[in-house]
Amino acid sequence: MFDDLRDLYQEVIFDHNRNPRNFRVMENANRRVDGFNPLCGDKLTLFLKIDDHVITDASFQGSGCAISTASVSLMTEIIKGKTEQEADTLFQQFHEMTTGKTEEVNLEAIGKLAVLAGVREYPARVKCATLAWHTLDAALKNQQEAISTE
Amino acid sequence: MTTYPIDQIRADFPILGETVRNKPLVYLDNAASCQKPQAVIDSIVHVYSHEYANIHRGVHTLSVKATDRFEAAREKVKRFINAGSEKEIIFLRGATEAINLVAQSFGKSQLQAGDEIVISAMEHHANIVPWQMLCQQIGTVLKVAPMNQKGELIFEEFEKLLGDKTKLVAIAHMSNALGTINPVEKIIAAAHAKNIPVLLDGAQATPHMAVDVQALDCDFYVFSGHKLYGPSGTGVLYGKQALLEAMPPYQGGGDMIRTVTFEKTTYAGLPHKFEAGTPAIAEIIGLGAAIDYVSAIGMENIAAYEAELLAYATEQAEQIKGMNIVGQAAEKGGILSFTLDHIHPHDIGTMLDSLGIAIRAGHHCAMPVMDFYGVPATARASFAMYNTREEVDILMQGIKSLIEVFG
Ligand SMILES: Cc1ncc(COP(=O)(O)O)c(C=O)c1O
Repeated sequence: MFDDLRDLYQEVIFDHNRNPRNFRVMENANRRVDGFNPLCGDKLTLFLKIDDHVITDASFQGSGCAISTASVSLMTEIIKGKTEQEADTLFQQFHEMTTGKTEEVNLEAIGKLAVLAGVREYPARVKCATLAWHTLDAALKNQQEAISTE
Repeated sequence: MTTYPIDQIRADFPILGETVRNKPLVYLDNAASCQKPQAVIDSIVHVYSHEYANIHRGVHTLSVKATDRFEAAREKVKRFINAGSEKEIIFLRGATEAINLVAQSFGKSQLQAGDEIVISAMEHHANIVPWQMLCQQIGTVLKVAPMNQKGELIFEEFEKLLGDKTKLVAIAHMSNALGTINPVEKIIAAAHAKNIPVLLDGAQATPHMAVDVQALDCDFYVFSGHKLYGPSGTGVLYGKQALLEAMPPYQGGGDMIRTVTFEKTTYAGLPHKFEAGTPAIAEIIGLGAAIDYVSAIGMENIAAYEAELLAYATEQAEQIKGMNIVGQAAEKGGILSFTLDHIHPHDIGTMLDSLGIAIRAGHHCAMPVMDFYGVPATARASFAMYNTREEVDILMQGIKSLIEVFG
């Protein structure tokens, strides 16, 4: 029935929505930023532990739509073990992929995150996918204030 | 009632024949804005093709024609809400501007620091923020009458808020987020017993029921043309003449003056005192056409038809496991706000859109209502005079399917 949506709602997204990874409060986090999408009410808190410029742990709390939940869940998986610099590069690549700035998705660089490429066909939903990453960007810059997509 | 001419009505709205994502459009976002009948579209084309010029300004033929048509729309609005005089009908951009006008003009001239304004827990932001701005400007205090879990105003609590300091009650006739129709007769009687004027926000009520401002005896009534099958950019403020006379202008400019010198300006009389600048001429004439259209069908007939549709939709919704109706007031207009267990409203919106179904997903400009129910957002199907049971069936089938795919 929802054939048209297969590119947007891939099975991986349903899976991460049902069972979000790294969904916990991190007591020993040294970065913590709130992200908020006022349009749909998505709220998340991102926790990072960064030791010597390497993200050694990442987790989140919050509630949102399937796209935003899957996006933050996938992000916490993929950034673990990356340097701050590498994570920032991923942020740029993800941003370009979801806003359609690059036609070709560099699959190798972006890996699993490619399942979210479908949002570029749904302008109303792009912010759902990018909220997690804007929050990460703020955390990497060590900003304290909450992030809003507006 | 003779049979409701649903087929004719649907044929009158050209957009209802559109397809969206290769599916026939099922338009259920009417509380946000309604679609327009051909008569309204034609009236705008006609004005611009044959009768357009600025109004109230020229002696030339076209200006006179346009002025006549514009003032005829005022007469139609007057009859539609049964106002006592066309001086009481102010044309504005929408309900939002009308409430801001009352807050800034009535509020600043008649209220003082410490005076209280009573609203309800189910207001649209348009009936919250203008009062908060006034409170910041002059030190008035905003009081909020609570509602119960069903989304009904708790009348006893409302009454308790009416005190010596209360100088205005501003309340939704019908809630956009929940569909609740407030007991406005009782509210007005209670407020008037203490000499408190009442503003009704009729943005949602006017498309769904007959409104008689004299029978209600409300002091101000506001609504938007675009929710009443009319053009966007149109709205109405009704105010009792004595109240409007006592209020200073809201904006200055052309049309609202009698004489201007650099030393002194005298203002025009009602309603022009509140209509500075060139208004949305063609659109307001279009609003007149929309009022003709709904009046020909009859607001009572529309109300009865929509009540049946809502009852049917509610009954269907109650049978779907995991679907929760938000707002279950005994008195309700055609709005079905809901959540689905474990599925975010935004996902509901996108999935239904892929089936050609337009609903609203979000906070509906009523964030305090969302907070009250502890949800970030709801999905909302809102019905209009042209919706059908078949469309309700398509909606419910879509909801069942998406619950399945989310698993
Ligand atoms: C109850 C209510 N009040 C006020 C408004 C504001 O109307 P507008 O945006 O047309 O000014 C709306 C529109 O959503 C509404 O539903």
